[in-house]
Amino acid sequence: MAVRVQTGDFDVGAEMAAMRRGNPGIGAVASFVGVVRDLNEGAGVAEMTLEHYPGMTEKALEKIVDEAKARWDIFDALVVHRVGTLKPTDQIVMVVVASAHRGEAFQACEFLMDYLKTRAPFWKKEATSKGGRWVDARSADDAAADRWS
Amino acid sequence: MKPNDSGTIAIDVLYFARLREVFGREREQLKLPDNIENVAGLTAWLRSRGQPWDLELAPGKPVRIAVNQDMAGAATLLGNGDEVAFFPPVTGG
Repeated sequence: MAVRVQTGDFDVGAEMAAMRRGNPGIGAVASFVGVVRDLNEGAGVAEMTLEHYPGMTEKALEKIVDEAKARWDIFDALVVHRVGTLKPTDQIVMVVVASAHRGEAFQACEFLMDYLKTRAPFWKKEATSKGGRWVDARSADDAAADRWS
Repeated sequence: MKPNDSGTIAIDVLYFARLREVFGREREQLKLPDNIENVAGLTAWLRSRGQPWDLELAPGKPVRIAVNQDMAGAATLLGNGDEVAFFPPVTGG
């Protein structure tokens, strides 16, 4: 399965090994892991809760993976995104892409993250010393996604 | 896309994140008046409920809308049994 939404943690090394298994044509595997930081917009973050839209989330992620496969010559791509309550240093999201050469893997990996951040229905609510607050969308994320259009 | 027996369109409306909190509900089933046929009409109808609906769904507010789990626009048509979701710009990753 190319996309997973789950509350539990993930092991990027195990996922990369699983993707490579049985395919000697793979010459490059690129990965990205997003992690919860302890500080955002000047306030300490004790924990954050990730909400999503079950059904649409998986559909949106699969569409993004299909688009990456259409744009680049890659063997496989995997997106795993966590939901629920997470603490600083916890892993939130991972993307793994396998291809014959590094250029495609690097680019598809960055594309997947840029599109995920602007198109997949996830929302973060942070618990800070000043109370709970929903994270605002950043225009920098829109600009990053626009690079690929 | 056929109207139901009563001649109206019944839809499920979902709210997420900050909008779920502000509206105090995560989902409701609505029967649309006959003159409402698209997302713009539904949004105007919800705004006529008064506050906080009028303010939160006003033009220029950062609200995204999906119909049957695909991103939709003001002109997207609504049919019987459709699932319509209102939510803020996404912040995952």
